[in-house]
Amino acid sequence: MRDRIWIVAGLAVFVALITAPFWRARRDVGDLAKLPVLTLPANQTQCVAPVAYMRASHMKLLMAWRYQVVREDERKYVAFNGKVYQKNLTETCLGCHNKEQFCDRCHAYAGVPSPYCWSCHNQPQAGASAVSAAALQPQAQPAPGARRSPDRLLSRMSGWPVSPVPRRAQ
Amino acid sequence: MSALYSLLAVLALVAAGLEGGRTGAGRDALTLIVPYAAFTIFLAGFCVRVLRWAWAPVPFHIPTTCGQQKSLPWIRQAKVDNPSSKWGVLARMAAEILLFRSLFRNNRARMAEKRLILGESKFLWLGALAFHWALLLILLRHLRLFIQPVPAWVNGLERLDGFLQIGAPQLYISDVILLAALAYLLYRRFRDPAVRYISLFTDYFALFLLLAIAVSGVLMRYFVRVDVLSVKQFALSLAAFRPVDLRALSPLFLAHLLLVCTLAAYLPFSKLMHMGGIFLSPTRNLANDSRRKRHINPWNYPVKKHTYAEWEEEFHDKLVAAGIPLEDEDAGKAHTD
Repeated sequence: MRDRIWIVAGLAVFVALITAPFWRARRDVGDLAKLPVLTLPANQTQCVAPVAYMRASHMKLLMAWRYQVVREDERKYVAFNGKVYQKNLTETCLGCHNKEQFCDRCHAYAGVPSPYCWSCHNQPQAGASAVSAAALQPQAQPAPGARRSPDRLLSRMSGWPVSPVPRRAQ
Repeated sequence: MSALYSLLAVLALVAAGLEGGRTGAGRDALTLIVPYAAFTIFLAGFCVRVLRWAWAPVPFHIPTTCGQQKSLPWIRQAKVDNPSSKWGVLARMAAEILLFRSLFRNNRARMAEKRLILGESKFLWLGALAFHWALLLILLRHLRLFIQPVPAWVNGLERLDGFLQIGAPQLYISDVILLAALAYLLYRRFRDPAVRYISLFTDYFALFLLLAIAVSGVLMRYFVRVDVLSVKQFALSLAAFRPVDLRALSPLFLAHLLLVCTLAAYLPFSKLMHMGGIFLSPTRNLANDSRRKRHINPWNYPVKKHTYAEWEEEFHDKLVAAGIPLEDEDAGKAHTD
């Protein structure tokens, strides 16, 4: 008889925990089903891929870009509409999109708060981005013969905020 | 055969989920009726079963013990495996629920050159432990879809789970462990003829269902991407009882949802109810103190007794006539003759 109190109490705790999302949703029911508000780029109307693809799979695109740039030295991206972009998170993506007002809002909403993109890439500042672009300029135009040389890749990598060691097969 | 039937049942569910969203009515059924119905069945069924267990009579302490009982002071007691106090029982239950202590004892008998050899067999324990912990972690991670704003500890769990930082979306360790453990547990049922012989439809069905849920989830995360924003919007609208327009949900997500709903609705009626039952195992959650404490059956009623004194009084004359000594008159007298 005394045990029943504990069993019923335990069951009540279980039910309370499992229905917690319902109680929480009741509390602020008004703005729950609203998607986060994003600040869209002012100067562009079309991203490098259709919106539905970008929304679901932009991370796949970024991973593909990273691999192609770092391992294969492929920097040009021909978009679905024939436009050519640089495969560059800091300059292509963040050139239009603002991290705080675009990336972070959906990421916070979906519970993916800080992907490790941001341990290397930063939101370019208005002045700083011009400086860093200028600093990278000599390395961005190498001699034609040195296109796929690991040394060149290494030297380019060393100019980045964090320098990972390239593990490229010789 | 039962393995085949249960596989077919799960595949039918997958097909229903994939195809059901094509029509408006099917979509409404899959996204509104099925989730609410499944959740209600789960909650009500779970509560009914636990309450029925709670009202089942457990008159005496019946623990099965696995160590030295508390006895003389110089004999060391196995305080967890043979608990005599509440704290011992608590430790024993914690070991049972969190670490599957009983399963750790699993052993294996085999014949080798006409000799019986008993050996340890820990793989079932390892597979079960890996599966259950991974499942718990995955369930808790799913809270990110049901709660807005996402609690910090859910984000922390995700970061912990993805700390290998492989790829984007990050590979979760729990996903890998869950799939590996489920694959092993299924393989174990097929491999050993003895285990296969005692495996029923429900054993395979639970495994296939969980495997289908895991595979559809992994597909959605790593391979066939779905729009997480609309998924979260859908989950929140379900929680708030405010349905939203849901054309953005993909067939794969609907299949995942239908499988999860099936699992939830099936759970209270199946052996998966061990989720609640493990807390109520009388052979584990009672202290072994029946030699030190008197446990009185709680539903004892006053039994109609007929004592010897009353019997003697009833047959007094006949006893005297037969020369049988009487207790109440001869009590205390020494019979020396």
